[in-house]
Amino acid sequence: MKLKKMILTVIISLAPFSSAFAADVLNSGDTAWIIVATALVMVMTPAGLALFYGGMSRYKNLLNTIAMTFVAYCLASVIWMMWGYTLAFGPDKGGIIGSLENLFLVGIGVNSLTGSIPTYVFALFQMTFACITVALVLGSIVDRMKFSSWIVFTILWVTFIYCPIAHWVWGGGWMGNMGALDFAGGTVVHINAGVAGLVLSLVVGKRIGYGKEAMFPSSITLTALGAALLWFGWFGFNAGSQLAADGVAGSAFLVTNTSAAMAALSWMFAEWIVNKKPTVLGIASGVVAGLVAITPAAGFVNLPASLVIGLVAGVLGFYGVAVLKQKVGYDDSLDAFGVHGICGIWGALATGIFANPAITEGAKGLIYGNPKQLWVQFVSIIATAAFTAVGTVIIIYVTKLITGGLRVEQESEIAGLDSSIHGERGFEIHEV
Amino acid sequence: MKKIEAIIKPFKLDDVKEALNEMGIQGMTISEVKGYGRQKGHKEIYRGAEYVVDFIPKIKIEIVVEAERVDEIVDKIREAANTGKIGDGKIFVFSVEQAIRVRTGEKGKDAI
Repeated sequence: MKLKKMILTVIISLAPFSSAFAADVLNSGDTAWIIVATALVMVMTPAGLALFYGGMSRYKNLLNTIAMTFVAYCLASVIWMMWGYTLAFGPDKGGIIGSLENLFLVGIGVNSLTGSIPTYVFALFQMTFACITVALVLGSIVDRMKFSSWIVFTILWVTFIYCPIAHWVWGGGWMGNMGALDFAGGTVVHINAGVAGLVLSLVVGKRIGYGKEAMFPSSITLTALGAALLWFGWFGFNAGSQLAADGVAGSAFLVTNTSAAMAALSWMFAEWIVNKKPTVLGIASGVVAGLVAITPAAGFVNLPASLVIGLVAGVLGFYGVAVLKQKVGYDDSLDAFGVHGICGIWGALATGIFANPAITEGAKGLIYGNPKQLWVQFVSIIATAAFTAVGTVIIIYVTKLITGGLRVEQESEIAGLDSSIHGERGFEIHEV
Repeated sequence: MKKIEAIIKPFKLDDVKEALNEMGIQGMTISEVKGYGRQKGHKEIYRGAEYVVDFIPKIKIEIVVEAERVDEIVDKIREAANTGKIGDGKIFVFSVEQAIRVRTGEKGKDAI
């Protein structure tokens, strides 16, 4: 009798730790982590990306690049809470889009939960992803776009392109249901933004003097700082996408850093061999390439896989910006497609190859005996790219109509957008 | 009075300044300039975009001196600025119409 009581006591005291008791109950560890992760992802846009892109822009457009990044973050923040969240994560409608049930977050309260975290926290975490995705797009068209056009484009693009794709992959839509694996946004963020950027750069056209004039980056120092901030924030981006403070988050955390470091080194060595000089711009770019590639794979792959993913991402990224772009001749100015598009595609495919069921149950890739996953990944890449390409073109033309043209006047472009749009200077460099 | 304009390599500025001070030259004006002659520029590559930078940073020193001392001063500048390599620079001599000291209004030799 005493033994039975003892066993029962042990079982009952262990009950709270079983999954049957943990579902739909607030977990303060998870909540604390996701609140922090959200802040980490937030810093990636107005600080990380703004400086990364700003430093690569010509001095006369440095502030404009920062302005576009900042305003994209602000616009997406507001839009998301009004109608973006519900379109992406509201009750599913036909696998395509979420309903408007949670417009302005109606129906969601202080005690609402998504998994083990408050829905408010979940909504804000997802918002930071929408913000950075649209901000990434501007990298393709720096130095020449009207500020009003960028604002209109941002509003339309987040609503009609980001939200549907986020819904398809994460919000209960068809891609997630098909079995596509995208841990933190290889398709939703990087391929999406990369393709949109490329399309936008083709429609808006090349910068005046592209290919003939020297276009010096304003500050590799700022770019390097931006890359470091992106790396820091990306821990929230990837490890936070587990939506819990657990072992998988820890695994995602680990492989994120390894991939970034590996890609920085492989880009650096590739550049050293080809151009005889390892540049800081190359190292910083390699970091981002590695982070992009590991994004869809973060919670699915192990350490050795992350080394491979990073190694290839660095070389691929270098090729994309230094060889492919020069050969084909498009002016994807800061390589939104070259880095985010190309390395995002590699990452999505790598996920189909290396997904290890020992890390996340049910996620199995090619090398673990599930070749079908690679095909599913391929379909998700094509569908994302196609939808984004077509949708972005439509949005570009609507924007053009609303704002009366996308591009600034020639004299403004030549004088620089900091002075012509903003009436400001990036730095007060003392000249009489 | 004559004006001496010396365009020299930036790292030679201290040597030239010392040499002029030793000769009793009271002051000078310098500016950061760019230029090229026979010295070729260099290449910079940013993510595969290759740019040739033709203009090389130089320092221009301007001093106004008594005509009698010009040869002596020019020789001293040349000696101090010389490295023997291409890109050492050039020195030019001009005639000066007038010189005025702002504080006192003194003119001519009293002003330099």
